[in-house]
Amino acid sequence: MTIASERVATPAAERPFTPEWLGQVFSKGLLHVAVIGITLVWIVPTLGLLVSSFRPLDQFSSSGWWTALSPPFKFTLDNYTGVLDASNLGQSFFNSFMITIPATVIPVTIAAFAAYAFSWMKFWGRDMFFLALVGLLAVPLQATFVPILTTFVNLGLTPENVGFVGLWLVHTGYGLPFAIYLLANFFRALPTDLFESAEIDGAGTLTVFFRIVLPLSVPAIASLIIFQFLWIWNDYLVALVYVGGTPEVAPLTVTLANLVGSKGQDYQLLTAAAFFSMIVPLIVFFSLQRYFVRGILAGSVKG
Amino acid sequence: MASVTYDHVVKRYTADLTVVKDFNVEIKDKEFMVLVGPSGCGKSTALRMLAGLESISEGQIRIGERVVNDVAAKDRDIAMVFQSYALYPHMSVYDNMAFPLQMQHMKKPDIDKRVKNASRILGLDNFLQRKPRALSGGQRQRVALGRAIVRNPKVFLLDEPLSNLDAKLRGQTRIELQKLHRDLETTFIYVTHDQVEAMTMGDRIAIMNAGILQQVGTPGDIYDHPANLFVAGFIGSPTMNFVPATAQNGSAKAAGFEVKLPKSLPAGKKGTLGFRPEAVTDRVTDEGNALQMKVDVVERLGSDQFLYGQVGGDSVTARVDPRMKVDPGDTVKLGLDTRSLHFFDSETELALL
Ligand SMILES: Nc1ncnc2c1ncn2[C@@H]1O[C@H](COP(=O)(O)OP(=O)(O)O)[C@@H](O)[C@H]1O
Ligand SMILES: [Mg+2]
Repeated sequence: MTIASERVATPAAERPFTPEWLGQVFSKGLLHVAVIGITLVWIVPTLGLLVSSFRPLDQFSSSGWWTALSPPFKFTLDNYTGVLDASNLGQSFFNSFMITIPATVIPVTIAAFAAYAFSWMKFWGRDMFFLALVGLLAVPLQATFVPILTTFVNLGLTPENVGFVGLWLVHTGYGLPFAIYLLANFFRALPTDLFESAEIDGAGTLTVFFRIVLPLSVPAIASLIIFQFLWIWNDYLVALVYVGGTPEVAPLTVTLANLVGSKGQDYQLLTAAAFFSMIVPLIVFFSLQRYFVRGILAGSVKG
Repeated sequence: MASVTYDHVVKRYTADLTVVKDFNVEIKDKEFMVLVGPSGCGKSTALRMLAGLESISEGQIRIGERVVNDVAAKDRDIAMVFQSYALYPHMSVYDNMAFPLQMQHMKKPDIDKRVKNASRILGLDNFLQRKPRALSGGQRQRVALGRAIVRNPKVFLLDEPLSNLDAKLRGQTRIELQKLHRDLETTFIYVTHDQVEAMTMGDRIAIMNAGILQQVGTPGDIYDHPANLFVAGFIGSPTMNFVPATAQNGSAKAAGFEVKLPKSLPAGKKGTLGFRPEAVTDRVTDEGNALQMKVDVVERLGSDQFLYGQVGGDSVTARVDPRMKVDPGDTVKLGLDTRSLHFFDSETELALL
């Protein structure tokens, strides 16, 4: 903050071979080893999957994927062509988008408004409601299937009547507690002075939301969009339960899982299928990752 | 342009937490009023009640003739400069200054004229398209001022606007703010914990302590006639010397010396004798007002020389002629200017002379 304290803070790192310098180099090295180690541990299974997806079936079922990394090399695209040939992949992609985009946009939009109210508006029972909402994070989603499905059927919100709407609704419900929690924490950390200044400047509640809160929260909202998008894109269970597995409505996850025959034949296709389903999440992630990294830091480190 | 009146104003957060107590002050039109006091004494709260950011628990605040207790902040025709500047980080300097005008639905060309005018006054012409993070502390501070100026408010409120600047810039900005006040011909209310800022900038100063207004007056008035022990100790640097003393016939007796008082006090009255370091001189004109000081530390500043030492066991600071030759450990004989003596009642701490 002050100029003086900055000056005091720097020098140790720049003077080589002092005990402080060695300590810093050592702890930095340790940090790198730890980070690389963790990354490797997480990457290895994915790498195995990638290698396996290019192996012929006979190899695939008789030896570990790492054996493919040494000669003789035997790779094939059979698994990928198998997936492409298999069935209505185009329809599944379309369904996945039809499910994921509204089921991301709706809860994030609602959450932004709700989080603003929870963090910067005064109303009766605010903290109580917030606590109750956060408590919902603990409810296991599987426990909600039967009551919600019963209600949907009673209300006529079945896939035959309303298409994906029911699915959008449940994804909204499942996503909101975390979404509101994340955004409210972020909004709350914005400096009070900004809101007071805006109040004196004559900005109303909605103006403050659209012209100050939203632009300053782009990182948090981008992170939330990524989370929600990935969760729904990769969702298998909820989609299967609420809209079923018929090809006209099944998202990519369900269709790909159906590639495996009922007796478990063709299970090698799953490796290629997994990479297929990863394409879109990767695109989303890399296009927003700039904000994602900032968003994660934004809560803990100010600025 | 308007006067501001605090009329028996109270701020209470909870039943037993009252941070501003029976606050009464009248700030004149176009006056530069400084509200000063130690940190946590309730200055900001007093200002924020005027701004409309805090509710008023009791009493009335008036801007001009209008009671503003129930008027929304935006309709009070005031502008506030925050200690943190509170600039909108995602907006350019131009948009920061235009924002309050856009909120008033002013026409674009008018906004442009006002923003350009303010940026010219403040020397921000070349930075209008920058974001606040690309500005220095001093420039940010000026943007905050600009955002207040464009609104052409009746009253300017400033809450410690200089405390985030380094010492040199603070000195410059102090002068610029005074110039601005003169040019704008508007009422300024300025909150600070720094008595130097208060003394140098204020037309008048209001001193607060623990939520209670202690004294209101011109800097000179307060310096020469502090109303109580707190004000006497708060204003002036180095601080006033305080020595326990007892009043006698026309004089006051301390542990190490006795001085004639300009005014007679009831004999036997116990209290604190106060005198500023500059009231102690190296010229002894009257043997009756002399004191022997054992010097511990000598501080030569070129234009001044400060002696820190003991007089009869009480710590005393003296500001003497820089040419006087003194070394630590010496015992020197010093005179006391009786015209600037203060005597504070030991119970009420009020000034008795
Ligand atoms: N919202 C609040 N609730 C309770 N106490 C508060 C609140 N805001 C300020 N205070 C207290 O009121 C006192 C005065 O605060 P403030 O006016 O900010 O002091 P100053 O500006 O003189 O440093 C402080 O003791 C502070 O802790
Ligand atoms: Mg304050």
